[in-house]
Amino acid sequence: MSTSRTIRVEALTRVEGEGALNVRLSGDQIEAVELNIYEPPRFFEAFLRGRPLEDAPDITARICGICPVAYQMSSVHALERALGVEITPEIRQLRRLLYCGEWIESHALHMHLLHAPDFLGFASGIEMGQHFPEELKRGLKLKKIGNQLLEILGGRSVHPINVCVGGFYRPPKRDALLDLLPSLEWGIAAAADATRWVSEFDFPEFEADYDFVSLTHPDEYPFNEGDMLSSRTGVFPVAEYEKTIQEYQVPHSTALQAEKVATKSSCHFGPLARVNLNREKLQPIAKKLADECHFPTLCQNPFRAIVARGIELTHAFEEAAALVKAYRPVKSVRQSYELRAGEGAAATEAPRGTLFHRYHVDDEGKIVSALISAPTSQNQRQIEVDLESFLPGYLSLDNATIAHHCERLIRSYDPCISCATHFLRLTIERNDVS
Amino acid sequence: MSNKLRLGVFKFASCDGCQLSLLNAEDELLALAEKLEIAHFLEASSIIGAGPFDVSLVEGSISTEADLQRIKDVRRLSKTLITIGACATSGGIQALRNGASYEEFVRAVYPSPEFIHSLETATPISQHVPVDFELRGCPVNTKQLVQILVDHLHGRRIRVPNHSVCRDCKLSGTVCVTVARGLPCLGPVTQAGCGAICPEFTRGCYGCYGPAHQSNPSSLMAWLSGHQHPVEQLVPLLQNFNAAAPAFSNAAKELQEGARR
Repeated sequence: MSTSRTIRVEALTRVEGEGALNVRLSGDQIEAVELNIYEPPRFFEAFLRGRPLEDAPDITARICGICPVAYQMSSVHALERALGVEITPEIRQLRRLLYCGEWIESHALHMHLLHAPDFLGFASGIEMGQHFPEELKRGLKLKKIGNQLLEILGGRSVHPINVCVGGFYRPPKRDALLDLLPSLEWGIAAAADATRWVSEFDFPEFEADYDFVSLTHPDEYPFNEGDMLSSRTGVFPVAEYEKTIQEYQVPHSTALQAEKVATKSSCHFGPLARVNLNREKLQPIAKKLADECHFPTLCQNPFRAIVARGIELTHAFEEAAALVKAYRPVKSVRQSYELRAGEGAAATEAPRGTLFHRYHVDDEGKIVSALISAPTSQNQRQIEVDLESFLPGYLSLDNATIAHHCERLIRSYDPCISCATHFLRLTIERNDVS
Repeated sequence: MSNKLRLGVFKFASCDGCQLSLLNAEDELLALAEKLEIAHFLEASSIIGAGPFDVSLVEGSISTEADLQRIKDVRRLSKTLITIGACATSGGIQALRNGASYEEFVRAVYPSPEFIHSLETATPISQHVPVDFELRGCPVNTKQLVQILVDHLHGRRIRVPNHSVCRDCKLSGTVCVTVARGLPCLGPVTQAGCGAICPEFTRGCYGCYGPAHQSNPSSLMAWLSGHQHPVEQLVPLLQNFNAAAPAFSNAAKELQEGARR
């Protein structure tokens, strides 16, 4: 005899974007776990074709309002490679500073408003604030400083307007940056306190043998440059990205998924991967903080990504403060270039994982083709794989509780479904055979 | 039950940036939460309240059959419906597919186009349901967003300035990028609200707040094309985040037709 049971959660919340999760169970057997992203497709890669290449940073930024800087950085680096543009050390430093602003804003948002409420049993950051007012206010202040940095450097925090192929339209004003320095210095200590706070949370016992992937760089914590590093297969060049990690389409999602070409296996991108692979390159206070919080050398518990995010938040404040102190304005932070036909690829580290772009351009400066692999589509398969091994431990619980735990696991990836193409609705179908 | 006004925040095809602009009101967020009950805001809260809502903020454009139905439900449940951002007020960047070959667009992005169910066009919310107020911008300005919510809470008429970016440059003393640098700039025909940041950063305005009240983009285009700016440069300038706003799309069409003659 067989009985069927369906568990339905109307929407996965506190994630950026909208999608659904379908779980089919037959007795205690999991038949399928499908992360169903039904965010309407927007066809960016199609309408970029034929446009002037200088439009790419502004247009691709609109893929995601949470991490527009990541899109701007990956697009300008890829296009500069296609055009053979070398950027100056000053431009390079300012791009790192801009990225610090986005990491601060995005990580502080996710830690305090989206993720921490899970561990403390609240429905939202605002509700959490009624019981943890100081922690929430600290989080909002940290986030605000990230936004202020983005405004000084980029003109505004969502879809900054100062990034162009070749550098920046205008160098930032030194006075404005120096005025922010006390806040950045406060932020180092406050971010470290926030990290200590989240590191004391109760983490579900769950570990997986992940293939962690991120950029890596010999001298610095990865933002814009370097080679790709996989914890399983080692270093591979960014130029060979699609040969190593390829996107494919599944019927249940408008976001493409990604897997390793050679092994058909999923990869884990984001803060956990970056801290595991690049811990030695963290700024001194952030590195000490990781040790102090007993963050494992190889942390395989996805729920602990919130701690990795705190470590990176601290790192971003430290690096931003150092960059601001060292900043000496130069007249121009924009390299000129000659148009030529060519092709270029780049990967940079968005707050939630590696973002890869490749462009072909023609000799009139028009985009011939564009390929964009967003971090959430790359993590999507990993999330499904995680749920397949996570669920069996929870099947004896009631449907609402199972759904809640699944949502928590998904949320720990800080998925940005707008990026991946948005509404996570969770359905669990049970066909109990007895 | 509290006597707070119930707020709903809804997303259609968009990037999340305009809802984020509400969460970016770090200083006002907690004060707003004292006066507004966040009844439905998927990005910020796990409480998924059913309607009715006193005020709903709607982000994104309509681009699927399901969303076409959903926006009607949101309208039915909302006393006041405010659309936020270029996607919701003019269709957004994804409206670039309107008039293009939809089938070909799907094939260009997805290896298995048959799995994709989407409308051939991305259209503003006001094309489908009555809208009480449209807040422009790609993204909206956090200060304007907070201001209209506060105005609404106090029962004041919601309004924002509808003059052009060009005037804001004059007010802030920003040197004109068209006059001084010869750059094409949509400032004279674009609605203010952004703070005229592009000219301040020495680049031309690219129109992300859409056409200003009673502006004449065609006249500006005629002037720019008479001053060494090729049509191939001007058409993409009009065809971005508010490409489907009638004043911009008509001006782009005239440019293209003029170039063919």
